[in-house]
Amino acid sequence: MGIPYSYSLRNLRTRLLTTTLTAAGMALVVFVFASVLMLSEGLRQTLTATGSYDNVVLIRKSSVSEVQSGVERGQASLLEIQPEVASGPDGRPMLAKEVVVLISLPKRDSGKPSNVTIRGIGKGSLSLRPQVTLAQGRMPRPGSWEIVTGGSIARRFRGAGLGETLRFAMRDWRVVGIFDAGNTGFNSELWGDADQLMQAFNRPVYSSVIFRMRDPSEFQAFRDRIVSDPRLTVEPKREIRYYEEQSEMMSKFLNILGLSLSIIFSLGATIGAMITMYAAVATRTSEIGTLRALGFGRGSILTAFLLEALFLSLIGGLLGLFFASFMQLITVSTLNFQTFSELAFSFSLNSRIVVASLMFSLFMGFVGGFLPAVRAARMNIVEALRTG
Amino acid sequence: MYSLKLILKNTFRHKLRTFLTMMGIVVALLAFGLLRTVITTWYGMVDAASASRLVTRNSISLIFPLPISYYEKIRHVDGVKSVTYGTWFGGIYIDAKHFFANEALEPKGFLDLYPEYVLRPDQKNAFILDRKGFIAGRKLVEKYGWKTGDTVTLKGTIFPGNWDFVMRGIYSGRTRNTEESAFIFHWDYLNETLKKTAPRRADQAGFYIIGLTDPNRAAEVSLAIDGMFRNSMAETITETEKAFHLGFLAMSEAILVAIRMLSMVVILIIMVVMANTMVMTARERMGEYAVFKTLGFGGGYIAGLILGESLLICLAGCMIAVVLTYPVADIFAAALSDFFPVFVVSRTTIYLDIAASVFVAVVAAVVPARRAMTLTIAQGLRRIG
Repeated sequence: MGIPYSYSLRNLRTRLLTTTLTAAGMALVVFVFASVLMLSEGLRQTLTATGSYDNVVLIRKSSVSEVQSGVERGQASLLEIQPEVASGPDGRPMLAKEVVVLISLPKRDSGKPSNVTIRGIGKGSLSLRPQVTLAQGRMPRPGSWEIVTGGSIARRFRGAGLGETLRFAMRDWRVVGIFDAGNTGFNSELWGDADQLMQAFNRPVYSSVIFRMRDPSEFQAFRDRIVSDPRLTVEPKREIRYYEEQSEMMSKFLNILGLSLSIIFSLGATIGAMITMYAAVATRTSEIGTLRALGFGRGSILTAFLLEALFLSLIGGLLGLFFASFMQLITVSTLNFQTFSELAFSFSLNSRIVVASLMFSLFMGFVGGFLPAVRAARMNIVEALRTG
Repeated sequence: MYSLKLILKNTFRHKLRTFLTMMGIVVALLAFGLLRTVITTWYGMVDAASASRLVTRNSISLIFPLPISYYEKIRHVDGVKSVTYGTWFGGIYIDAKHFFANEALEPKGFLDLYPEYVLRPDQKNAFILDRKGFIAGRKLVEKYGWKTGDTVTLKGTIFPGNWDFVMRGIYSGRTRNTEESAFIFHWDYLNETLKKTAPRRADQAGFYIIGLTDPNRAAEVSLAIDGMFRNSMAETITETEKAFHLGFLAMSEAILVAIRMLSMVVILIIMVVMANTMVMTARERMGEYAVFKTLGFGGGYIAGLILGESLLICLAGCMIAVVLTYPVADIFAAALSDFFPVFVVSRTTIYLDIAASVFVAVVAAVVPARRAMTLTIAQGLRRIG
């Protein structure tokens, strides 16, 4: 005889409160599980979108970030004439010599200061980053005390909106534009003219040199040549790799936190499912006896109860995912421990996370439902009927 | 007395269910305790910071240094007892994964200003006398097995090159909150090397630490110092060490908020599990409750029985969880020593554990207790399974 599907399904409806509570417990766990995955995914997306595979970042050897690095003007000029540098439509090398420093700005709502990255840009900077577009206003004129701010900065920091002024390094800087860098790290940056910023901050050296490769496959050869060149003390990195390294610690932290929490929380929910299913089996002893007497085999009973647990966990999983999907509206901005600067990223849901979360909830249902289902299947017909 | 016995018997009627529920509570409270400890650890840095010390740094941001000539100027400000200075070195040992704080400090002033860093007198002398010497916290030394006299090499990230240091001493913290995994060496060593390799960056300090004659004058002294350097090439921000650390915390507030929320979620989860157990238990016993009512016991008594059972399960689970919290926290601390140099379960966390379990017990008992109270005798007796 087959498996009594409708029996499994309708049982859930009969004990509504218990079903709701158990499913709610699982939903909470799936919510946390999915949220953590979404956060890591959001961080990863922000980083991959920030860097471009064709671009190369050169920073001083052994420095970890642009902020720590220093590239002498002479070395920067030497890099400009390397054959691997692509030429733009105007015939100029697609290369930017940039200066990157941190400044501390007060937040709009709380007034609490936070570290923000300010980037001194050159002529090529914008064309190297197609993901950055000007949303409002204009780009700063070279040689002026003007800056443009990323969308996330303009919203959250005092004086960073269009037409406002920011005071740092003993000067007032007018915000003449706001750029939209989508889901990238640039959205948490301010940009101004490199030469003006270098003067204001009293920094005679660039922080980094960034250029587009003529042919991305030449990277390894280029790297080998640059590293062994005695005139240069810089280290080339692919831009993607560079930004990944910038938040290795952050992703490690998120992963450890997320993984350990998911394991611990799922233990709780699995126990909840197990309690529910054991109770279901215990209160339905006579029903099980009747089913067996009608000719349903042990396997069918086992499957029926297991299915019930899986249905239960599926409801929980879907519920959890439903609420987790609203997390996409939230943007997290926090201090990146490695760069000491603000980084904004949002929760991001994709099909891989949906599948993983549902698998996770079904797994909890399976583990929670298996032992009770075995107990149901092993019941003796006569004794089961007699208890009723 | 009889009621207590009844509650006890009731609790262990379904041994497996009670056991599973308790397990759930143990796991949830363990998670809650760990999350709380993560938060308190973060704030612990602030608690360990002194309110009678000021930190002066460049007003643009931490990455900009201040000229060393400020030392004498700050020293002469009224209300300043002692001054020391240093620079965040940010060197890497072996590779980036082996992270620990390493700073170049002016040793004599630093050790005077920080009595919570306890160092043997002979080691203190040896450290002060050797410009290439360093001292490290007890935990850090244990982790890498360094011995006095060993040479340790750090790779500079902010200051390029390989830097050799000779270990001269091990400090330990006066209290449990003191960080014991920092690496401290002579600012002079850094500066003299920079004079040769990068003269532009020499004679600069990342920050000044100021000891006050009277902690109540912190605000006044801060204003005096900042006023002195206004409109200079390196303007300063001076604040108490506590405020300085709080500033860091505020920057990573989002993570703290998330962890705090998660610690609430885990309590919610266990509340749901517990409520489920109590609902099922009460449903099975509706017939018995009807019998109680027939015998003349009031609804309040029955509600008391249910609440008592709920409390018993929760508090038993809580006790096991509290006992387990300490060893689990130690394992956690060992796994995440890079992120949390100090990881100590505070007493407040334990109190919160207990409060949470009582709360869960009461909430879980509400619905079944109400059902049992409003139950009419005929309904209850008629009811099957």
